[in-house]
Amino acid sequence: MELSGGEILIHSLKDEGVEFIFGYPGGAVLHIYDAIYRQDNVKHILVRHEQAATHAADGYARATGKPGVVLVTSGPGATNAVTGIATAYLDSIPMVVITGQVPSAVIGSDAFQEVDAVGITRPCVKHNFLVKDVNKIAETIKKAFYVATTGRPGPVVVDIPKDITDPDIKVPYNYPDKITMRSYQPTVKGHSGQIKRAVDLLLNAKKPMIYSGGGVVLGNASEELRTFVRQLGYPITTTLMGLGSYPASDEQFLGMLGMHGTYESNMAMHACDVLIAIGARFDDRVTGKIAEFCPDAKIIHIDIDPSSISKTIMVDIPIVGDVATVLQEMNHIIATGSKQPQKKDIDAWWGVINGWRAKKCMSYDKNSDKIKPQAAIEIVHELTNGNAYVTSDVGQHQMWAAQYYGFEKPNRWINSGGLGTMGFGLPAAMGVQLAYPDETVVCVTGEGSIQMCIQELSTCLQYGLPIKIIALNNRYLGMVRQWQEFFYKERYSHSYMESLPDFVKLTEAYGHVGIRIEEPADLRAGLEKAFSMKDRLVFVDIVTDQTENVYPMIAAGMAHNEMHLSPHCDLPQDPERELS
Amino acid sequence: MRHIISILIENEAGALSRVVGLFSARAYNIESLTVAPTEDKSLSRITIVAIGTDQIIEQIVKQLNKLIDVVKLLDLSDGPHIEREMVLVKVKAVTMGQREDIKRLADIFRGHVIDVTTSSYTIELTGSGRKVDSFIEALAEHKILETVRSGVSGIARGDKILHV
Repeated sequence: MELSGGEILIHSLKDEGVEFIFGYPGGAVLHIYDAIYRQDNVKHILVRHEQAATHAADGYARATGKPGVVLVTSGPGATNAVTGIATAYLDSIPMVVITGQVPSAVIGSDAFQEVDAVGITRPCVKHNFLVKDVNKIAETIKKAFYVATTGRPGPVVVDIPKDITDPDIKVPYNYPDKITMRSYQPTVKGHSGQIKRAVDLLLNAKKPMIYSGGGVVLGNASEELRTFVRQLGYPITTTLMGLGSYPASDEQFLGMLGMHGTYESNMAMHACDVLIAIGARFDDRVTGKIAEFCPDAKIIHIDIDPSSISKTIMVDIPIVGDVATVLQEMNHIIATGSKQPQKKDIDAWWGVINGWRAKKCMSYDKNSDKIKPQAAIEIVHELTNGNAYVTSDVGQHQMWAAQYYGFEKPNRWINSGGLGTMGFGLPAAMGVQLAYPDETVVCVTGEGSIQMCIQELSTCLQYGLPIKIIALNNRYLGMVRQWQEFFYKERYSHSYMESLPDFVKLTEAYGHVGIRIEEPADLRAGLEKAFSMKDRLVFVDIVTDQTENVYPMIAAGMAHNEMHLSPHCDLPQDPERELS
Repeated sequence: MRHIISILIENEAGALSRVVGLFSARAYNIESLTVAPTEDKSLSRITIVAIGTDQIIEQIVKQLNKLIDVVKLLDLSDGPHIEREMVLVKVKAVTMGQREDIKRLADIFRGHVIDVTTSSYTIELTGSGRKVDSFIEALAEHKILETVRSGVSGIARGDKILHV
């Protein structure tokens, strides 16, 4: 079969099993768009800004586990996509981004809409390619998907000059079945000796702690993790990225850890004698002060990326491998071995943990005459039976969604954890809703974040995406305001949002439904109404308590046992230093 | 600690910039870098001299290995190895005394005078980075007009090889 470069690209995507391309046309990709027009295998979703294309593809990837695909033009198309590429990179999301490039002959001449896309994206991709020969398109696309989806996943950019997709140049098309690269062979199976040593250390632990992260979600290892945790009977915490990898309602789950983690999780981290990190990377939002991180613990670390091991925290037993494979092996050793956990010690450890739990660190004022954002999230959880796909933007609302939604399943919590990209939530929700048209998709956002990609309301109308936008509107850039309150003596520099639009009218102008809720008494009814409109996008503008803070909070650079706690929990609010 | 890291990398456009970009993005220090194709035209060999604590060097090695274009690498400092660097130095040499002294120094360091004018000598010298340093220090009394160092190349001693 002889095809043009543009046709080869689209055929390759089809043969790779791609359902959706999120994109925006322009000069350098016109040949490719013409090839898209003349087929109906791969569906193109037209966004309103290239950043949204990348976030939508990213949301799709996080919800389905399949790589997201983006197509943008050269120059501004590519630069607009960079934020979304970096977002995916920091959270290790598989994505293939095709950028158009000016014709080969004029590369380097500062041609119209020319940027060095390969150069600009190099620091925020797993790998990138410049295709210089039409005969190389299929092979390059195969490599791009292979690199993006294997090992530690990540975004891959393929830059294609316009002449390479010329409709008049036709060459034979063959999509390779598989590809091997001598320079890229990720390790999957963990070292058996290390695994045995790790299990031995775990079974001898008196105060063990399991800390799991986004790698468990990405590595599809939630089942293995559940078996592991239940077999051992040990406490587990997850990172922001790991929420849902272990059911939030389970007795052994202590809640999230880190800067806005629960009191019991952070205290248990500080006191534990053996820590096992599973698909987590010791991010600074998790570790706090490095010198005082898990001061008494021997540390085991399972990760598919060797460079994650001993990057910030030195570990005692590193295991490089696929999380699911390693956990299976561990589960087998635990189930078939004669050695059991130290029951007496573990019971005593749970006694200490339950003491911390009794302080109810997640309490908030339930009698306020203002709407508490936490209450809004709890009601959303109730109305969706905890089964919704929840995307979020970045800030206080993100933390409240993480803390109060209670994720039971993996791939349901979709947020920009590493890069912290405001504007992520709505486009990500589009990707999720397209993947799962019959599921409830909620975008928890704030009045600040939503305005960073609000133009996508138009895309949502075009494709009939009935997303429920829950905007916790406190008229402040809340997380900035909170830091200014705590650390800048309440000097609220540029964190107040004046001249906000009327979100109800704005939503209506885009052809959707808007609801504004101002009183606590109306909160439930308003949300019920929103969720009852199954086939409409509803923007719920919830006017919340302006000065509510996210608790608990560990200030940047402080240790796990130095938390600010809510004035409403059963504790004084001074930082705790209970453990000597 | 100073480490000499040898890398075999795909001889592709932009491959070198991935290595260099990694060092600048992660704030690692490069003391020198050399690169050229190998006998296998599809591969280039890069030699990097990097300075850092053991933890930083471990991260540098891991991050380099993570680059998709890097096929193999070896920290030569982990075992016995030979390092060589070439330097070209142009020195002011006008008086008889200057010319004799510079020639003598070049001989002591087993360098060669490869270009002569009425006012300057250009000397070529090969050796370890430290020897090159010493030679430049030894020339301190003279006026150095130009120094061109090639950066360090290295190879493991004995049977150990870096090969695909």
